[in-house]
Amino acid sequence: MQFTQSTVGRKILMAVTGLILISFICVHLLGNSSVYWGADGINAYAKHLHDLGPLVWIFRLFMLAVFGLHILFGIQLTLENRAATPGNYAVKRLVRANFASETMIVSGLVLLAFVVYHILHFTMHLTNPEISASHLPVDALSRPDVFTMVVLSFQKFLISLIYVAAMVFLFLHVSHGFQSFIQTFGFNNGPSLHILEKVSKGFALVLLFGYISIPILIIFGIVKI
Amino acid sequence: MNLTLYVWRQKGPKDLGKLEQYEAPNVSPDQSFLEMLDDVNEVLIKTGKDPIAFDHDCREGICGMCSTVVNGRPHGGQDRTTVCQLHMRTFKDGDSIYIEPWKAKAFPIVKDLVVDRSALDAIQNAGGYTSCHTGGVPDANAVMISQPAAEYAMDAAECIGCGACVAGCPNSSAMLFTGNKVAQLAALPQGRPEAKARVKAMTEALKECGFGNCTNHYECQAACPKGIDVKFIAKLNREYIKSLLP
Ligand code: HEM
Ligand code: SF4
Ligand code: FES
Repeated sequence: MQFTQSTVGRKILMAVTGLILISFICVHLLGNSSVYWGADGINAYAKHLHDLGPLVWIFRLFMLAVFGLHILFGIQLTLENRAATPGNYAVKRLVRANFASETMIVSGLVLLAFVVYHILHFTMHLTNPEISASHLPVDALSRPDVFTMVVLSFQKFLISLIYVAAMVFLFLHVSHGFQSFIQTFGFNNGPSLHILEKVSKGFALVLLFGYISIPILIIFGIVKI
Repeated sequence: MNLTLYVWRQKGPKDLGKLEQYEAPNVSPDQSFLEMLDDVNEVLIKTGKDPIAFDHDCREGICGMCSTVVNGRPHGGQDRTTVCQLHMRTFKDGDSIYIEPWKAKAFPIVKDLVVDRSALDAIQNAGGYTSCHTGGVPDANAVMISQPAAEYAMDAAECIGCGACVAGCPNSSAMLFTGNKVAQLAALPQGRPEAKARVKAMTEALKECGFGNCTNHYECQAACPKGIDVKFIAKLNREYIKSLLP
């Protein structure tokens, strides 16, 4: 049986792609935190990225493939698991699974919807054209003014709300996913599992607070133009 | 004590099945769960009704035949206890008890609480063995096995093949059952030569039998009457990764 059909092979594919997505999310958070250095920070960072030219596109295509594989196999595995489970117990009590582990497909699909919106918003400048960098005057050093775009966006309550809510789903997905990929790679000797699960929740919390700090500090006027 | 039972009744594999209510009067706290069902059945037989069919054999927690979901937990949810070893003192007078069979597509219901678990045999037959000559008796210490390896293999071999891990799993996956077989044999020198082929064959059989995929809920370990650790699933994953390498 092919690796891509095997029950464990696909589990490993979920873990590898999940790990790459998590790595991206960490780097992305570090990059975004340049917003705290003001316009000089994030505008310079954005210009650096743009100056990479074709490399940016290679990286985007790679991430698209990784994301696509993760989503396709995630949906396929979930459908198979539902088919394997008649699910008609009159009484069913789960004691070890948790809300996050049971809702991976839901948090995953919400994240997919969010990523689509996020790209339409900040990359393609389609959702709020009036405050998009491509419509704003360039900054003093003639760089696209990403800082102003971010601050004006998050000053809108609805946009901030969407981002904060999406990060709660990211928290759920990663709080199960982080320890899950470690178990899938086989790094669990028994006693380590409880520690891994705590580390997983802690890591997901750091991501949550890291990401939501940006819209929250902006909406409370602590970060402003 | 007096109890009200809601028991899954299903005449045969094709029947839809439904819960039916029974009274269990004068239950002794010292009875086992299956003895309580025996008493209920005795009344049913005397009144000319069809007794409740359920699997059992040793009634001492070692054979893996008994297989009943009690109040939503496989084997009743008492730590490391098969339902035959579950005692009625864990219930209170007036309790309502829901009694259902293992429910998974890979375990078709035969009748009432009896399910067909031959899918587990199919997984075992796919690779849960070592190929060796059975002729002369080998020297006892011809192949040395370290104490830690022996202990590890014995922990994995505690599995009695009951299928509670499947019944507990939200995905109806048999990964804990398969994992402990793969881990047990991979830990021993006799099992190494066939390790690569074994992990592939057994996980393929798991899929072909219609079990779901493992998504690391760890519900199996909580359901297992032998407390088999999910570290054996991690070991299966390692063995699978090794099988892909040259
Ligand atoms: C923001 C991006 C995402 C990240 C960082 C991420 C991360 C992860 C990780 C680390 C795992 C655990 C892998 C394992 O060891 O089993 C996982 C599992 C899963 N993901 Fe994602 N994921 C993301 C997006 C998505 C999306 C868009 C979907 C939509 C279908 C999805 C669906 C799933 C499902 C269903 C599982 C459980 C599957 C299984 O464990 O076999 N994820 N994810
Ligand atoms: S792993 Fe535990 S629950 Fe699963 S079949 Fe073996 S003894 Fe039963
Ligand atoms: S009847 Fe043998 S383990 Fe329960």
